[in-house]
Amino acid sequence: MTKAPTAGRPRPAVNPDTRFFWDAAFERRLAVQRCSACRALRHPPGPACPRCHSLDWEVSDVSGRGTLYSYTVLHHPPAPGFDGPAVIAVVDLEEGVRMVSNVVGVDPATLTIGEPLEVCFEEHVGWTVPQFRRPAAREAVR
Amino acid sequence: MNHPPSAAIVGVGSTEFSKASGRSELRLALEACTLALADAGLDPSDVDGLVTMTMDDNDEPAVAHYLGLDALTFFARTSGGGGGGPGTLTLASMAIATGRARTVICYRAMNERSQGRFGQPSRYAGDRAATAAAVTMSWAAPFGMVTPAAFFAPSFRRYMHEYGATSEDFGRQAVVQRAYANKNPQAFFHDRPLTLDDHQSSRMIADPLRLFDCCQESDGGVALVLTAPERAKDLRQPPVAVLGAAMGVGPRQYGVAPLYRDDLADAAETRVMGDQLWAQSGLGPGDMDVALLYDHFSPAVLMQLEALGFCGLGEAPGLVRDGGTEIDGVIPTNTNGGQLSEAYIHGFNGLAEAVRQLRGTSVNQVTGAAHAVVTGGSHAPTSGVVLGRTA
Ligand SMILES: [Zn+2]
Repeated sequence: MTKAPTAGRPRPAVNPDTRFFWDAAFERRLAVQRCSACRALRHPPGPACPRCHSLDWEVSDVSGRGTLYSYTVLHHPPAPGFDGPAVIAVVDLEEGVRMVSNVVGVDPATLTIGEPLEVCFEEHVGWTVPQFRRPAAREAVR
Repeated sequence: MNHPPSAAIVGVGSTEFSKASGRSELRLALEACTLALADAGLDPSDVDGLVTMTMDDNDEPAVAHYLGLDALTFFARTSGGGGGGPGTLTLASMAIATGRARTVICYRAMNERSQGRFGQPSRYAGDRAATAAAVTMSWAAPFGMVTPAAFFAPSFRRYMHEYGATSEDFGRQAVVQRAYANKNPQAFFHDRPLTLDDHQSSRMIADPLRLFDCCQESDGGVALVLTAPERAKDLRQPPVAVLGAAMGVGPRQYGVAPLYRDDLADAAETRVMGDQLWAQSGLGPGDMDVALLYDHFSPAVLMQLEALGFCGLGEAPGLVRDGGTEIDGVIPTNTNGGQLSEAYIHGFNGLAEAVRQLRGTSVNQVTGAAHAVVTGGSHAPTSGVVLGRTA
């Protein structure tokens, strides 16, 4: 069987509810929606606040610090656009929202639920994807 | 609230299960439907309702066309991917109870191995139009979350973290089901035993899921015929009563997985669904003689045992270790071998096995089985039924 051509990671589809997230990531910022009425943060982005049902929202940058809530390592079939197994993380941000992303630069066998993580960014052609890594002890965050 | 049976299953039909049927999906659907009608002793002209799952490729009008039906008064589909199998019976029994249809066939037929494999990376967002589905998938596919195993594995990993469950605990249920399959000539793994060592040395698919934690990919079709209980009495087979029929979505379901739920270690959708089953039927887990729990992945069987109340949270590993899901256990589970070891027909082969158990014709017959519970896939929008023997 011939190997399928890999065209990098699947690009996100965006709509008016979600474009801000990818625009922010392109500028290496991690952002989520904040309800303009009750001030609750939410992710993934959507049209309405599940708490107060307001349709008004604004963009709020978040710290990018969080902890590993759970994870998987996808071995088979290979995830499109990844070199080797994809380390897929479910991250609880310190602001109280949850995000699916990847942990990069780690041996997956050493991942520990609850361990601290911080955001970093991986550039692709025309778009940038937020990733997470173990906090650098003395390095600048980005 | 103890509702009388609203409908009864009077016929079951099934194709063989394989990795390459060599026939069209529509043909598989027609074969299953006509076999189910023959089993019931009914004619296609008796049918006025058709129900399937949203992922089925065979349109209700197409099935009606080739059954030669002049009219359909009820046709519908259940969403939630593999969560929706028993939900087709929920819709059918509601339609029958409210007079929208007299006789309904629920069917699911697919070339899921030879034509379109669910275990391969799904068609993801890409640069396609920003449909709601593509946008939803955009919080997963760019991060490599492209298969059902990848979507659900974080739930199972968190379950291990919360309750100390291990890969061996998952493997034990796979071994139990394989032993059932070894007695079932219809099962793909009929001739192949499985040991816990085999399970533990099988390759990793999506950590913590190993190969033998994962359901198969299969071709095949299954259909069930339902009608009103009073009509069922006059037909060929002992009717199997639908005593409870429910659906369930838990908190913060998002697309196919509940990844944004506070507690990923709880199959909340199965709990929402199961609570209705017990309320409707007036029965409880202790009244069930056999369970067909949707096994997309082996740990999901454990989590559903807990969500349905067969044991407490975190107690299913012990229940399985003590032989609780074996033929003489407290709740024999997936006695056909399940989707791990019989075939993956999107849960419909579990419905067929439940009917066999209640007719007393399973190859792994639970002595005197009177009540069965059947579920759709947990961690997705799900559904379930409680079925009862009437003869
Ligand atoms: Zn609000």
